[in-house]
Amino acid sequence: MENLSLMMAPLFSSKLLLVLFFGTLFGLVLGVLPGLGPTTGGALILPFTMTLDPLSAVVLLTSIYCAGTYGGAITAILINTPGTPAAAATCLDGYPLAQKGEAGRALGMATVSSVAGGIFSVIVLVFFAPFLAKLAYEFGQPEYFALAIFGLTMLASIGDGSPIKNLVAGAFGILISTVGKDFMTSIDRFTYGINELSVGIGFIPVVVGLFAISEMLTQSTLLDQVFKRVALKAVKLPSLLDYKLTWKTILRSSGIGSFIGVLPAEGGTVASLIGYSEAKRWSKKPEDFGKGSIEGIAGAEAANNAATGGAMVPTLALGIPGSATTAVILTGLIIHGVRPGPDLFREQPEFLYGIFGSMLIANIMFFVLGFFGAKIFARITLVPNKLLWPMIFAVSVCGTYSLSQSLLDVWIMLSFGVIGFFMRRYGFSVVPVIIGLILGELVEGTLRQSLVIFDGNWFMFLTRPIALTFFILSLIALAFPLLRKKNK
Amino acid sequence: MNNVRTKKRANKKSLPFFIGDAFKVCFVIITISAILLIQTFSFDIVPPILNRGIQPATFPKALLVLIIVLTSVIYYLSTKKPWKLEKKLPKAFFITLFNFVLFVVVSKYIDFFLAISILSIFVSYYWGERRVLYLLLVSIIFPIIVFIFFETILGLRFPGGIITNLYYY
Repeated sequence: MENLSLMMAPLFSSKLLLVLFFGTLFGLVLGVLPGLGPTTGGALILPFTMTLDPLSAVVLLTSIYCAGTYGGAITAILINTPGTPAAAATCLDGYPLAQKGEAGRALGMATVSSVAGGIFSVIVLVFFAPFLAKLAYEFGQPEYFALAIFGLTMLASIGDGSPIKNLVAGAFGILISTVGKDFMTSIDRFTYGINELSVGIGFIPVVVGLFAISEMLTQSTLLDQVFKRVALKAVKLPSLLDYKLTWKTILRSSGIGSFIGVLPAEGGTVASLIGYSEAKRWSKKPEDFGKGSIEGIAGAEAANNAATGGAMVPTLALGIPGSATTAVILTGLIIHGVRPGPDLFREQPEFLYGIFGSMLIANIMFFVLGFFGAKIFARITLVPNKLLWPMIFAVSVCGTYSLSQSLLDVWIMLSFGVIGFFMRRYGFSVVPVIIGLILGELVEGTLRQSLVIFDGNWFMFLTRPIALTFFILSLIALAFPLLRKKNK
Repeated sequence: MNNVRTKKRANKKSLPFFIGDAFKVCFVIITISAILLIQTFSFDIVPPILNRGIQPATFPKALLVLIIVLTSVIYYLSTKKPWKLEKKLPKAFFITLFNFVLFVVVSKYIDFFLAISILSIFVSYYWGERRVLYLLLVSIIFPIIVFIFFETILGLRFPGGIITNLYYY
């Protein structure tokens, strides 16, 4: 009961409600614009969060996350281009249904299933995160090392790309985290005599470069691309028949999405693809999938929004990001001096339940905004790239510069933009780089501290049951994508 | 039909291995990793009494070896299943890339604000915008708004330069 009142606290704070409204609105705009999304948007807005108190800052980032994930569906349904990667599966049935003149029905189903998935995942978050945090009390340095390794091996199964390429990208991310003074011995590594590099490479320049600047370069190769937009009269609430057809799918996909979200490094994209394929597998009319099936839309959208709450579970309970966007949220927490983990649950429950509550409210807010404003948000896609991207560049440059007032950060951002462009071009996902960068310090730190505890004996890791379990899970995580590929 | 097939196979065989994207990408990754790996040998070594667990160079070394091994596997797999051919990069890409270089030079030696304006107007123009009002919007009006916003709300001080100094003094 006490926790429930803590959760509802944001409802009684006009400041938090305003932050939530702005975050939801901004998230929807970002989600609608192809190429942007909650990860880039979160990274761009991080400098502005410095003017807010820690709770407001995290509430802003989480509301962008929730609304941005849903916003991608609007573009997926109306112009057959996913606004965010997580909405890719929504295109498969959303656009064909819109082409049949039922864009309003498709968007209505996407909105309802997104909200249902989002709320379901917040409930999972409320119950599961404290449980996981309690479990984490048992963790020492070796367990955290094994957990971080498990998180990194999960990178292998991100998206539909090559697992080995994902692992190379993840190792590259960890390598970036080694730049600067070694935290245990203060010895310079890869600093090349540049003073600013002794504190390491910042997270924001890398994220903005890999997401925003590389996308700008990608857009420069797509100037002749023409989008065919389907007209939208109004968003329609699903009919009783639609609810009858989809309620099981929504429930199943919400469960799948929450579970996938909880797994370290996985996120909405994987969740929506699995949610979609499971919806097809269980459907009485699988032949309708790909031709405008309402179940297909519900399956994909419920799953990708359910992953938002799920991904917050390891982020808050263990400090291990559940997705690329939660890596940005984790950075936001750290910038504001909040260390996620079991201690946070014990010492600042009002802070955590404030986040849970605000995620719940964000889901309701994007339902209202999406339902009544989808037509307006769809018009945002009409802003031509030739105007949009130079503006995004200006914000990216100033935002990156603002964090440590260093031009070096801006150049690092541009360099990572170019690296990110070529990575994407040749099938390397950029998400593992981000996760690797976030987990890098944890991996190296816990490994070295564990070796001190074990007196340099590597085999001692195998004597710790929890660590051993994570190592076995890591092996399974590595083998799974290879087996999946073989089965295909 | 058979002739066409033979011709296709002949063309494929006649391509030297270093022309393919897979080779180029893997070669670049392995070369850079090898250079970095060599550099790790010049990192300071901690005396045993201060060394906690492993030397500071060991972890990056292990990562670089892992990257080299995995990239070699990627290349080996690409010989079995070739990568799909990527389209040639258009002129607009190289112009945008050149503008990044221009931005670095102008922001370092002339002015940060001017660098943003120049990049915005060039990119917008080369991407097809010809309306003067819109070009002014992206290159002058919007950067001014962003500048003032960052300056007043975040209390940020931008690096000095011809235009920025005029604003500050």
